[in-house]
Amino acid sequence: MLSLSHFLILGAILFAISVVGIFLNRKNLIVLLMAIELMLLSVNMNFVAFSHYLGDIAGQVFVFFILTVAAAESAIGLAILIVMFRNMRTIHVDDLDSLKG
Amino acid sequence: MNFVVPDFYPAAAEIFVAVMALVIMLASTFARSVARNLAYLLTQATLIAAAFITIFTMEGEVVHTFSNLFISDLLGDVLKLMIYFSTAIALLYGRGYLADRKIDKPEYYLLALLMTLGMMVMVTANHMLPMYIGLEMMSLALYTMVAFDRDSARSTEAAMKYFVLGALASGLLLYGMSMVYGATGTLEFSGVAQALYNQTANQTVLMFGVVFLVAGICFKLGVVPFHMWVPDVYQGAPTAVTLVIATAPKLAAFAMAVRLLIWALFDIAEEWQMMLMLVAAASIVLGNLAAIAQQNIKRMLAYSGISHMGFMLLGLLAGVVEGDRHFALNAYSSAMFYAISYVIMSLASFGMLILLSRAGFEAENIDDFKGLNKRSSWYALMMLFVMFSMAGVPFFIGFFAKLSVLQAVVAAGYFWLAVLAVVMSVIGAFYYLRVVKVMYFDEPVDSSPIHAAPEVRVMLSANGLAIAALGLAPQALMSLCAFALLRSL
Amino acid sequence: MLENYFPVLMFMLVGLGFGLAPVILGRLLAPYRPDSEKNSPYECGFEAFEDARMKFDVRYYLIAILFILFDLEIAFLFPWATVFQEFIAAGEIAWFVFGSVMVFLAILVIGYIVEWKNGALDWE
Repeated sequence: MLSLSHFLILGAILFAISVVGIFLNRKNLIVLLMAIELMLLSVNMNFVAFSHYLGDIAGQVFVFFILTVAAAESAIGLAILIVMFRNMRTIHVDDLDSLKG
Repeated sequence: MNFVVPDFYPAAAEIFVAVMALVIMLASTFARSVARNLAYLLTQATLIAAAFITIFTMEGEVVHTFSNLFISDLLGDVLKLMIYFSTAIALLYGRGYLADRKIDKPEYYLLALLMTLGMMVMVTANHMLPMYIGLEMMSLALYTMVAFDRDSARSTEAAMKYFVLGALASGLLLYGMSMVYGATGTLEFSGVAQALYNQTANQTVLMFGVVFLVAGICFKLGVVPFHMWVPDVYQGAPTAVTLVIATAPKLAAFAMAVRLLIWALFDIAEEWQMMLMLVAAASIVLGNLAAIAQQNIKRMLAYSGISHMGFMLLGLLAGVVEGDRHFALNAYSSAMFYAISYVIMSLASFGMLILLSRAGFEAENIDDFKGLNKRSSWYALMMLFVMFSMAGVPFFIGFFAKLSVLQAVVAAGYFWLAVLAVVMSVIGAFYYLRVVKVMYFDEPVDSSPIHAAPEVRVMLSANGLAIAALGLAPQALMSLCAFALLRSL
Repeated sequence: MLENYFPVLMFMLVGLGFGLAPVILGRLLAPYRPDSEKNSPYECGFEAFEDARMKFDVRYYLIAILFILFDLEIAFLFPWATVFQEFIAAGEIAWFVFGSVMVFLAILVIGYIVEWKNGALDWE
């Protein structure tokens, strides 16, 4: 039988994968955007699980909003990515190095 | 069916700004030829009108509406007024800068207004949901504004970094929110506080969530160890946008910290105070030391901003000592005073950078301030006020801000933290005074006269003088902060 | 026990019928004159067989971005629609609930107008 902690562990694993994806990924910014998306989805997993086991609908409502915001966020991320590609002709994470000090 | 039609009156300012944002969006689409000026003027008019609406709908007591999603209290009203005020000034300063670089598109002002709306929602949130929506509304507008100079590789790179780290921060914050929700069974701040008071919350899950919440807040405030984005974004963004990022969003982040930590999690204050203590000490040390090494003044101000936010946290972490809550009001109002005075100083410092920039030239190195006294002794004096105030030289507003948070820390018994903060701010005074030194004792590299629109000159002078005047009479602002918190708690 | 799954069986049969009927009817009723162009596989806007990791036009991203925004907003209408019945039963308040969703849709429409007017939907 699936218990709450199974869902929480799944959420935590997904969250950890996405954080690792953000920090270890050195190649492609698209992968970074996907990691961010995964992070929000792992939070959704938590919210839905808690909402179900608490018998409280608020968590599921929150999930709707997170989904919408995630769409807006990836839209803006892609837009910035396109502008960056036009300027720098690359979307490699390692090439983001002109600002330091 | 227990649904009641919400009372819209307390949210009049938010609704007004939202409607005006739509009006400006349509107006600048259909009146393309005059859109630039129209959008600017309408945005400024909206901010001023919103300030009046906020003042007129002020109730002086706590009102909840929208099924407890929305809270209207004096704390929120004061912060909202400061947000309108600093956004309006930031847009005023930035307008000429953007026009010189041909990026003063109507969308810029629209984004600034949407950012303001996001911050207003954050300030008046009484629930995790509007807090998150407001935060995202503010952040998404800011990411776009940083990338507004579409042909500059530097600013798009800064925008990408800001976007990725900002999204990571919201992810951490959300994860924390989900854990707190799981532990307490509610998303409402007062409900969370109630659950903590009744000790019905699952402590393990709760603490796990609080750690993530604090990390998310620290990311948005830009304090160590979540500060990586601050210098890069400040340097890479067009100065007019840096000015926006460095001012009003700090107030919104302060409001977020207050609502989440104090409104919702006050009963476990001592747990998050421990985390904030480490973060504050690290920020003050790292911010001040790293700023010394900077030649680029935008980066220098970024590191100084990190240390200022560390100081602000000193006020937030001194509220509860061993279960004794007598210091709370005093400590939190000192933090609020610090946040507001930082915003005033930050406006003036980036305003000066914009004043010295012109078409085809970015004033962003400390060397660009060389011999400013010979070019314009009045603005050199204003910059002197700003730098002295940021360094905490007596009888400027920054001095009283530092003094009040240090008093709060000492009252709470954290002497080591107070000593560390004082030592670091003495070290920090070095880099502020270096700017003063190059202004007064070095020969100008470029002796072209300073061009600026008259309203910018007047406003910047008023801003500089306000730093000095508020330093002579800080009591009014301090008691306003204390009163606002007292009536809201 | 097993009869509980009868609707699922019906659903599968109806679904299969819906899928197969047009194909069979088309084969029986339509004129059938094949040539090489008609028989070649078809994919909108692309050569059908080539490297899947090819670059494609940045304008697809723009359309995709605009699509995803409007697409997800519709998700809000589903929970609203499920509770709206109860509000109609509750009387007057239904107008308020209806109006608030209309405000939400009006904001989307304004966004759409702005998008259209600014030429974001033009391919050229």
